[in-house]
Amino acid sequence: MSVGLVIVSHSDKIAVGIGELAVQMAPTTRVVPAGGLDDGAIGTSFEKITRAIAEADAGAGVVLLCDLGSAILTAETALDFLADDQRQRVVIADAPIVEGAVAAAVAAETGGDLADVVTAAESANRPGGEAQEAPAQTNEGASSEALTARTTLVNKDGLHARPAADFVKRASDFEAAVTVNGVNAKSLLRIMSLGLGVGSELTLSASGPDAQDALDALVELIGSGFGEA
Amino acid sequence: MPLTSEWARAWVIESARVIAENRVELTALDRPIGDGDHGENMNRGFAAVMLKIDDVIDGTPADVFKLVAMTLISTVGGAAGPLYGTGYLKAAGAVAGRDELDGEAIVAMYRAARDGVVLRGKAEVGEKTMIDAWTPAVNAAADAHAAGKSEREILLAAAEAAENGAVATEPLIARKGRASYLGERAIGHRDPGAQSSALLLRAAADVADA
Repeated sequence: MSVGLVIVSHSDKIAVGIGELAVQMAPTTRVVPAGGLDDGAIGTSFEKITRAIAEADAGAGVVLLCDLGSAILTAETALDFLADDQRQRVVIADAPIVEGAVAAAVAAETGGDLADVVTAAESANRPGGEAQEAPAQTNEGASSEALTARTTLVNKDGLHARPAADFVKRASDFEAAVTVNGVNAKSLLRIMSLGLGVGSELTLSASGPDAQDALDALVELIGSGFGEA
Repeated sequence: MPLTSEWARAWVIESARVIAENRVELTALDRPIGDGDHGENMNRGFAAVMLKIDDVIDGTPADVFKLVAMTLISTVGGAAGPLYGTGYLKAAGAVAGRDELDGEAIVAMYRAARDGVVLRGKAEVGEKTMIDAWTPAVNAAADAHAAGKSEREILLAAAEAAENGAVATEPLIARKGRASYLGERAIGHRDPGAQSSALLLRAAADVADA
């Protein structure tokens, strides 16, 4: 059961297009478009948004990404009409609709809860993404020493959106806190903001119980060229 | 006429008529400072209300306003839908259970409608929005009621204040909505939402006169 997304736009094509973009990086996440009026004209539809929330909600909650003015007003109105128990797990993210949707979809795909997905979406508001995160020190202290690995990007287009999403999903498979060149390896927008191209040197750092496994897996993924060579 | 459900329905029917009559003007106001669809959007909403108005023929005024609220929210398609929809919904709440409205109920209803619009749009007076018509209207209605005026006079006072408020949006810089992107270029244009609000509040007074 994962968090679902609703894309609220004045334009049906924008909502559908953002849904397609997000699903490419998060194939199992429910991303439901709610764009345009019921007849396809430009505008925002209370009914479409209400239906989309119902479709996106599997019980883990729904995050809405909205475009201009009335999209937000109509979405807020739709939320007012939800039953109280559902209302508590439906959130409008304060985020740019494209970047926010992509970041939120990847966070949902990697098992993030409602708060994680909202945070991922809203990280798109800040240049460079989420606040700088050092590898988390585990409370136990014993295994808190960070392991590091160095490697080089070999795929010709570098860490653009799709390989960056693959990288984040792989990093999220591990409990260890992982950074790449100092930024959180589990944050899509942070990774993409590094602007890493072919030949870039990467320094991976991991701490936590499965740190070595995480480094091995990520180095292998980078070395594989993400299927792009 | 007394301010019964019949008045409420007459107000809605007159609203639909004046919105249709002024839709080109409302859209013309919206074109330089918005997205040029306010008249058409409002007209679509009220035309949809007209298709359902007979459903509440046996209802209270609150039932009439609730129907308007739900229909505008579902059909307007622009920011005016949730804004007016929330306003009518709060107005319905303020007069729930009453068969006829007195002066106090009118003031409470207008105040609740205005508060609903503020809740949704988070605008304040002076930001070149619907609120610049609504807040003077609420204040004028309250003053008229406090001065012991009749229901009809209260509605008239609110209508006049809303019209003056709409005119007074012309020199303002917009702080909310799409007009806010224009900065000083919005100066000289009347806010279309304030204008449609003034039309609706005038309609309420006109049908009470009939």
